[in-house]
Amino acid sequence: MTMPTLMLLTLIIPLVGGVLLTFQTNANTRDIISLVTASVLFLVVLGIYPGVLSGQSEALILAEPITGLAFSLQAEPLGLLFATVASGLWILTTIYGIGYMRGNNETNQTRFFFCFAISIAAAMGIAFAGNLITLFVFYEMLTLATYPLVTHKGNEDARRGGRVYLGILMFTSIGFLLFAILWTYSLTGTTDFTPGGILQGNASPTIALILLTLFAFGTGKAALMPFHRWLPAAMVAPTPVSALLHAVAVVKAGVFTVLKITVYVFGIDFIADTGAGTIVLWVAAFTLTAASIVALTKDNLKARLAYSTVGQLSYVVVGAMLANAAGIIGAAMQIAMHAMGKITLFFCAGAIYVATHKTNISQLDGLGHKMPFTFAAFFIGSVSIIGLPPMGGAWSKWFLLMGSADAQQWILIGLLLLSSLLNIAYLLPIVGRGFFRPLPAQDAAQYTAGTIQEAPINCVVPLCLTAAGCVALFLFGDAIYEFLQPVFTVAEPAGPAQ
Amino acid sequence: MIEGLFNYWVVIILMMAGLYVVMASRHLVKKIIGLNIFQTAVFILFISLGKVSGGTAPIIADGFAVYSNPLPHVLILTAIVVGVATTALGLAIAVRVYEAYDTVDEEDIAALDAEDQQRDNAVSTVTDTTS
Amino acid sequence: MISTQLPAIVLLLTLLSAPICSMIRNGDHAWKLAMFAVWLSVAAAFALMSQVWGGTTLSYHMGGWPPPWGIEVRVDELSALVLILITLFGALVISALRESLRTVMRSHRHSLYYATFLLCMAALIGITITGDAFNVFVFLEISSLSTYALIARGRDRRALVAAFRYLIMGTIGATFILIAIGFMYMVTGTLNMADLAQRLPEHADNKVIQASFAFFTVGIALKVAVFPLHYWLPNAYTYAPKATTAFLAATATKVALYVMIRFIFDVYGVEFSFSQMRLDMLLIPLSIAGILLGSMTAIFQSDVKRLLAWSSVAQLGYMVLGVALLNTSGLTSAVTHMFNHAMMKAGLFLALAAMIYRVGSSNLRDLAGIGRTMPLTTAAFVILGAGLVGVPLTAGFISKWYLVSAALDKGWLPLAALLIISSLMALAYIAKIVDAAYFQPVPDQHQNVRDVPVSILTPVWVFALLTIYFGIDTRMTAGVAERVAQALLSVAS
Repeated sequence: MTMPTLMLLTLIIPLVGGVLLTFQTNANTRDIISLVTASVLFLVVLGIYPGVLSGQSEALILAEPITGLAFSLQAEPLGLLFATVASGLWILTTIYGIGYMRGNNETNQTRFFFCFAISIAAAMGIAFAGNLITLFVFYEMLTLATYPLVTHKGNEDARRGGRVYLGILMFTSIGFLLFAILWTYSLTGTTDFTPGGILQGNASPTIALILLTLFAFGTGKAALMPFHRWLPAAMVAPTPVSALLHAVAVVKAGVFTVLKITVYVFGIDFIADTGAGTIVLWVAAFTLTAASIVALTKDNLKARLAYSTVGQLSYVVVGAMLANAAGIIGAAMQIAMHAMGKITLFFCAGAIYVATHKTNISQLDGLGHKMPFTFAAFFIGSVSIIGLPPMGGAWSKWFLLMGSADAQQWILIGLLLLSSLLNIAYLLPIVGRGFFRPLPAQDAAQYTAGTIQEAPINCVVPLCLTAAGCVALFLFGDAIYEFLQPVFTVAEPAGPAQ
Repeated sequence: MIEGLFNYWVVIILMMAGLYVVMASRHLVKKIIGLNIFQTAVFILFISLGKVSGGTAPIIADGFAVYSNPLPHVLILTAIVVGVATTALGLAIAVRVYEAYDTVDEEDIAALDAEDQQRDNAVSTVTDTTS
Repeated sequence: MISTQLPAIVLLLTLLSAPICSMIRNGDHAWKLAMFAVWLSVAAAFALMSQVWGGTTLSYHMGGWPPPWGIEVRVDELSALVLILITLFGALVISALRESLRTVMRSHRHSLYYATFLLCMAALIGITITGDAFNVFVFLEISSLSTYALIARGRDRRALVAAFRYLIMGTIGATFILIAIGFMYMVTGTLNMADLAQRLPEHADNKVIQASFAFFTVGIALKVAVFPLHYWLPNAYTYAPKATTAFLAATATKVALYVMIRFIFDVYGVEFSFSQMRLDMLLIPLSIAGILLGSMTAIFQSDVKRLLAWSSVAQLGYMVLGVALLNTSGLTSAVTHMFNHAMMKAGLFLALAAMIYRVGSSNLRDLAGIGRTMPLTTAAFVILGAGLVGVPLTAGFISKWYLVSAALDKGWLPLAALLIISSLMALAYIAKIVDAAYFQPVPDQHQNVRDVPVSILTPVWVFALLTIYFGIDTRMTAGVAERVAQALLSVAS
C-alpha cells in the first residue's frame, strides 16, 4: 500500500472501530473490537516506517476549499514518532482501561470507548497533518472529543473541571493559534509544513518573535504557564483517560505542535538567527521549575503527576526553542520518553485506586509490600522521568543539556539540573512511603484479611510492560537518534547558506 | 429664489413634517398619517420633475410639440399603490394591536411589553405546549 | 426554448402561484402547490447559475422591449448566487412549514400564509434579477409588505408591535431609496441600472447625485440593519412565527445587502462611492461597532431566538465590513458570508423552531437537557452553530478566513485580532446553548419530549449537511464570490 493510503487508514481505522463499538451491547465483543482496532492501527503506523525511512514524502490532499489552503496529510519522522507512541500505548491503555472500567463499575462505557477512539483518530491527524490548518482542525477535534471523557463522571466537580478544560484550550487555540495561522498565511501565502520553514525572508525578527510567542501560547495543550490550569483540571477524568490522553495524546499533541511549527514553519536556523524563541524559552524554563515546585506541595497523587507533566512538557518546548540539532532531538525524544514514563506512573496511580480506592500520597504507607509490581513499576517510571540511566528518560535529558550547552545557555542548564533534583524530591518519596513506612494501624486489619491486594491482572500487565518499555527505550535510544536525523539533513540544504 | 424652486420647498416642508410626526407621535395611527405625509412629499417631488414648462399632457395631438414627461407620473402611480398597501397593512396591524393591548399609545404598549418580558423570565412556559 | 426564458420563469413561478395559493381553501393543497412552485424555482435558479457560470451575463428583455426603454432582467453570477440562496433556503423552510404551522394556526388560514410567503419570495427574486432601479424599489416594498404581514402572524402579541415598528422603519428606508432613485433620474433621465452606471460618472460632482447617494446609503442601511439602524431586527426576528424567522433571517437582509453591493459598485461606481464619498470611512467603524455590540448583547440573552437575532446583527456587520474593506478578499468574504450565513442562520432558526415545536419556548431554561431528549435536532443545531463560530470544515470558516485575510492584506492587524475576538464571542454564545442542551438536567415537565417529525427534521439536517459541504467544496460560494469581487472592483481601475 502507498503512504497516502496508509495515512488515510490511520484516520479511518479508529473512526470505524469507534462506530462499530457503539452498535455493540455485549461488553465482551466491545472490548475485543477495541483491542483489535488498536492493534491494527499500530500495525498500520508501523507500515509507514519503510516509506519514511526511504525518504518518501508523498502528500495526500483531502480537500482544498481555498486556493493554497488544503486539508492534507504528509508523513515525516517527528509525526511518525508521535503516531507510534500514541498508537502503541493505545493498545496497552485499552487493556488497562477494560480492567479499570470494569473494576470500578463505571457507567457509559460505550461512550467512553467511542470518544477514546475518536481522540486517537484526532491524534493521528495531528501527527500526519501536512499543514497548519489541517493540524488546527484535528487539534480542535481532539479537544472536543476528549471533553466528554474529562466530564465522564458527570458530577458537579467533573463539569467544573470540564469547563476549565474546554475554556482554556478553546480560548488559546482560537484566540492565539488560529490568529497566528492566519497571520502566517497572509505573510507567506501558504501554511504547508516545509523543511527549512516558510517564514524565512517573509517575516522580520520582531514579527517572528510575536508569531512564535502566539503559536506557543496558542498551543494551550503544551501547558505553558499561565495557560496550564486545564491539565490539573482534567484530572477529574477516569485514570485511563489521564494516562493515555493527559500523559500522551493530548499534551504530546501540544508540544508536538510547537516542535513541528519550530522545525517546519519557522525553521531552526531562522529561529536561531532572529532569536524569535527568546520569550517562549524563558517562559518554558520558568514553567518547568515552577511546576516542579507546585508538584511538591500536592498530596493528591494524580494532581502531583499532573503538575509533573506540566513541568516535563516544558522540557520539550525548551528543546524546540533552543533551535539546534541536539535540542530538537532532545525534545522529540522527550515526547517518547516522557510518554512511556508518565503513562506508567498513571497506570500505577489507577491500579492503586482500583485496588484500595486511595487517591492521596499520604495514604500510601506500606502499600508497596501488598502491591509489589505496581510500586516497582512506579519506581522505574519515576527514574525515567527524572532522567537517570538506565532508563529512556536519560537520553532526552542528556540531549537537552547538550543543546543548552551548544546554545551557551548556562542559566538554563542550571535550571534543568535544579528541576531534575526537584523531580527526585517529588517522585521518589512516593515509592519510599510504599516500601519503607509501616502500615497504618487502622488499615492493618484489612491488610491481614487480604482484602487489599494487587489490582486486576488487566491493570498490572500493562503497567509492567510500560515499565519495561522505559528500560527498552534506553537501549534503543541510538535507533531513535538515527531515525530523527533526516529532519535536519533535509532541513539544512533547504535553508540559505550562512 | 423661493419662486423658482417652489415645488422643492413644498416637498421639503412636507417631508420634514411627515418625518417629525412619525418620530414624535406616540399614537400608532398618527404615525401612519405622518408616514403618508412623508411619502406624499416624495410623490410630489417626482411628479413635479416630470413637468416641462409649457408642456401639455402627453397625448399626441396636432398643435402641440412640447409634452410633459409621463414616466415619473407612471412611476408614482405605482408608488402610490405601494403607499396605499402600506397604509392598509399598517392600519390593520394597528387594529390588531388595539385588540391585543387595548391601547394604541406607544408608551403604554412599551410598559405592557416590559410586563410580558418579566413574566417570560419568571415562569416557565409549560402551559404553552398544550396550545 | 425554455432555457432562454429562464429569467422570466424563475420570477413568474412564485409570483403567479402566490395569488392561486390564496384562493385554495385547503391548506394542504396550497402547501403542495407552493412546494411545487418553489422547488421548480430552485431548479430554475441552478439552471441559471449553470448558464452564467464563469462570468457571463444574461440580459432578458421583458416583453421584447430593448433597454433602456423596456425593463431589462439581468442575471450574472452574483444574482444567480443570490437566486439560489433565496429559492433553495426558502424551499427548505417551506418544506418544514406545513408541520410547523399545524400547531400555530387553524388550517384554513394556512393558504393565506403560504401565499404571503410566496409573494415575499417572488419579490426577493424580482429584486435580485431586475436591471431597473425603480423595479428594485417596487419589489423591495412588496417583499417588505409581505414580511410585515408574516411577522404580524406571530403568536405573541409583541409580534404585532415588532411588525408595526418594522413597517415604519422599513417604509422610511424604502422611501429614502425612492428619493435616491428620483434624484438619479432627475440628473440622468434613465432608470436602467446599466445605463445609469454609464451616465453617472460624468455627474460625479453634481450635488444632486451626492444627495442621492446619501439617501440611498441611509435607506439601504436600514434594510440591511447596519448598526445603528438595526433597531427593528431583534424584535422582528424574536416574535415572528418560528419557521418564518428562518426564512427572514436567510433572505431579507441578505437581499438588501445584495442591493447595496449592486448600487454601490455597479450603479454609483467604486470610484464615486469610495474615493469621492468615502463610504468606507462611514461603514468600517459602524460595522465594527455592530459586530462587537451584536456579539456582546447576544452573549447576555437568555432567549435563544433573541440571541440568534443579535448574532445576526453582528454577522451582518461582518458582511458590511467585507464590502467596506474594498479589496478582493473582503468582497469575496462579504458575498460568501452572505450565502453561508443565510444558510447557517436559516438552519439554526429552523432547528430552534423544531425545539419550540416540542418544548413551546425558546428560553434557555426550557431548552435544558434538550440534547438528550431531542438528540438529532440538537446535533444539527450544534453543527450549524459551529459554522456560525467559524470552525474549520464548516462554511462559516471559509468566509471568516477571507475576511481576516482582507484585514491582514490591508495590514490592519488590530482589526484582524478584533475579528478573532468576535469569533470567540460567537463561541461563547453558542457554547452557552450547548452547555444548556447537553450538560443541564432535563426539567421534569419536558421529560417526554422527543425528536420532531421527519418532515421538519429533514430540512434541518439538509441545512446542517450543506454547512459542512460548503465548508469543503467552495466552488459555488467562494469561487463565484471571488470572480464577482474581481469583476466589481475592476470596474474602478
